Amino acid sequence: MSPWLRLIVYLVAAPVVGGVLSGWDRRVSARMQSRRGPPILQPFYDVLKLWQKQNLANHPSQNYYVLFFFLLVVFTGALFFAGSDLLLVIFALTTASIFFVLGAYKASSPYSFIGAERELIQIMAYEPMVLLTAIGMYMVTKTFYIGGIANHGGLLVLALPGVFLGFVFALEIKFRKSPFDLSSSHHAHQELVRGITTEFSGRTLALIEVAHWYETVFLLGWVYLFFASSPVLGVVMALGVYVFVVLVDNVFARLKWQAALGSAWAVTAVLGFGNIVVLSLQR
Amino acid sequence: MTLVLALVLVPLLAGLVLLCLRADLPRRLVVVAVTGAVCVGCVALACLPALNLGELPVSRHAVNLGMMAVEAVMGLYILYVGVRARHFLIVALMLAQAGLMGWFEWTAGPEASPAPALFVDKFSIVMALINGIVGGGICLYAVGYMREYHTEAHRDVPDRRPMFFALLFVFMGAMFGLVFADELPWLFFFWEVTTLCSFLLIGYTQTPEARKNALLALVMNLSGGLAFALAIVWFYHNTHQLGLQALIHSGHAAALLPAALLCFAGITKAAQCPFSSWLLGAMVAPTPVSALLHSSTMVKAGVYLVLRLAPVVTGTSVGLMVALVGGVTFLIGSLAAITTPEAKRVLAHSTIANLGLVVLCGGIGTYEAVWAGVLLIIFHAVAKCLLFLCVGVVEHKLHSRNIEDMSGLIVYMPHVAVMMLIGMAGMSLAPFGMLISKWAVLRAVVDAYPMLSVFIVFGSAATLFFWVKWMGKLVEVVAPRQRVIKEISLDESVALYGLSVVTFLACLFFPLFSKLFIEPYVAGVYGHTGSLGQGNMLIMVIMMAVVMLFPLSFLSRGRGVKVVDPYLGGANIQGSPGFTGSGGASETVTLHNYYMGGVLNEAWLSRVAVAGGALMLAAMLVFAFI
Repeated sequence: MSPWLRLIVYLVAAPVVGGVLSGWDRRVSARMQSRRGPPILQPFYDVLKLWQKQNLANHPSQNYYVLFFFLLVVFTGALFFAGSDLLLVIFALTTASIFFVLGAYKASSPYSFIGAERELIQIMAYEPMVLLTAIGMYMVTKTFYIGGIANHGGLLVLALPGVFLGFVFALEIKFRKSPFDLSSSHHAHQELVRGITTEFSGRTLALIEVAHWYETVFLLGWVYLFFASSPVLGVVMALGVYVFVVLVDNVFARLKWQAALGSAWAVTAVLGFGNIVVLSLQR
Repeated sequence: MTLVLALVLVPLLAGLVLLCLRADLPRRLVVVAVTGAVCVGCVALACLPALNLGELPVSRHAVNLGMMAVEAVMGLYILYVGVRARHFLIVALMLAQAGLMGWFEWTAGPEASPAPALFVDKFSIVMALINGIVGGGICLYAVGYMREYHTEAHRDVPDRRPMFFALLFVFMGAMFGLVFADELPWLFFFWEVTTLCSFLLIGYTQTPEARKNALLALVMNLSGGLAFALAIVWFYHNTHQLGLQALIHSGHAAALLPAALLCFAGITKAAQCPFSSWLLGAMVAPTPVSALLHSSTMVKAGVYLVLRLAPVVTGTSVGLMVALVGGVTFLIGSLAAITTPEAKRVLAHSTIANLGLVVLCGGIGTYEAVWAGVLLIIFHAVAKCLLFLCVGVVEHKLHSRNIEDMSGLIVYMPHVAVMMLIGMAGMSLAPFGMLISKWAVLRAVVDAYPMLSVFIVFGSAATLFFWVKWMGKLVEVVAPRQRVIKEISLDESVALYGLSVVTFLACLFFPLFSKLFIEPYVAGVYGHTGSLGQGNMLIMVIMMAVVMLFPLSFLSRGRGVKVVDPYLGGANIQGSPGFTGSGGASETVTLHNYYMGGVLNEAWLSRVAVAGGALMLAAMLVFAFI
């Protein structure tokens, strides 16, 4: 498939796949908690309803930050599927997240403020591991270009087992799943209220939701890269990682930020960096 | 040739003139005229085709004698300072250095080396541009700032503005001399002038704290000076040469030890671990001094020297140790910046951290690393200078340099707040300057020593945290405040707007700049050059365009949006940022950032930095000897 075709497929199909995955997440979580759960398509119904709601804001400009968050997330995913430089993709993703955080700061309510602050801590927690993942892939394949990494002959995960585990750990934080749902709880009746998204409503909240779908697909695409030489295995593993993340979400309670940051950096230092050390000794 | 000499001499002479001017208006005229002339001079130098440096118009012997005389006077002054302050380490360092140089002059005598004493290549042109444009901006800003400093903000401080401005320009002239000098004793002369200028400027207010910190800066930089003197003597006695270019091209055997000593000197001047405390202490001086020390002069002299020597140390254990010092400094500086709410201190830690990255590049010393290092110097200089100057303005209006007090700055000082946001975005976000450089550094590190990347990945995560929480504080609005009517004076606004535009243009046109200056320099030294690749540059430009659209979206501000009060977990009180809680009592809302007090501790971090840095520097010198 040519990069441009892949790009278009991503732009069209990612929200559909992401939405279905999200609906499926809610269904499976419900079953794990002995509930029936909503229909698989519920996230789409939610977004459509949000789209029709009145536009409320504390500060009108807060919505623009979210708009640019959305645009940059889509842009990041597009770069990824077009086969661009992996480091560039990470930096674009970070910039996108920062727009989201700044929007929450702009909203200036205590709950969104604390959510923004904690989201920053989460970014700080997962970013080293994500960067080390890119570095590990580069050390094995000698290229930062995603196209080149995907066409590398062997299974990357064999050379990068520590990096892979660390990356899954980072994904848990990136998806804001328990035990790392510090910045935004899924249920608004807790002490955080909704954290970072507390003050967003209507279309803006819908955009955040759709951006999250795009993000999910792109991050699972990254999991696929570890198994790219065997496409079937790659898809299975990407879905498997998603199931694992959902399972962990239901099993754990929320950690304090100190524990979240500490554990994430420890995992990065031991699994991620340890793997890098082994690779550079082998050279 | 004339142009180069003029760039060095005009600021020095202007300094002497300013020393005699007590009135405000003539001083302002002189500052504006000289700054303008220097900027034009730098740009002209950059635009001229390759320079052919001829012989000096005066005999080199006479110049050497003049320099020796000035050096002797400076040495005596420093001795006097050391004796008066009962600081005998200063006396000892100064005597050792003077003895060494005196002995060197005595034994080497007037033997003239054939190489030209001055040298201009693309790298020195880049440094000259930074020094002229950024340094010039600071001098302009200082005119307005110091007037307000003495008439409003700090009436108790004795008004010694003639000396202050004289020192600013002497500093600038010395920095020009430093980047153009090739003969090591000349370089050393300008090096010592910057040390002395920074000592005097840090101690400007003459408070006990200022004096103490000035002495700290002096003693640390003198130890670097001693290393520099040792390098000169050692190199001369082994090769009978004195040129910096000669040193770079004389191969590992002869050059490694002097290069290690010079790197040591560069590390002291660039305030790397274990010497970072002097730059933090320098914060007591008025803001233009901090801006000058942090962006265009002083610390940049240190990293300039380390980057120049990169081809010598690359691939050696000495280089690895230099890189380690830089890496550790980057990580610890970034973490330390999280812990403090004081704006200038955050900026200082971030400077130390970013210089650590440049030193890391210098230590690695591959062509990619040097390319990234030069890029870092440029972006850091403009963005950091802008931030310091903005903080200075805010400090005068709010009488506080605490970040927590800047809450809602975007509403009551919108111009300054936007400029600060530009500076911070330039320091931390893709697709702006510093991030491009960090990207380049990461690639260079992974190709040379992948294990060193651990410092960069953790350090840059910490960097992001402290910048964005500060940005958040600026945009967040809780209690409406009266807008400040006159945010900035004329001189200040010329400097601030000018620097904002330069930051912006530097980000937008960096591929061009890289092609014209950095790539030719790197190619000249290594034969091939680093870059990020055409496709990536294009994507960066696209991304830049997307982000640039962001301010445009404010045009349709408020359309179709219903403004409501935030959710506070109680009944909102109309017209105030408070709510009625469950007990019927009214509560006000205040928002505070995280400083991670329980996890990170500035004092502890600095102890680690000193111990680690000292260990690695000692290892570096040992490796250089064996």
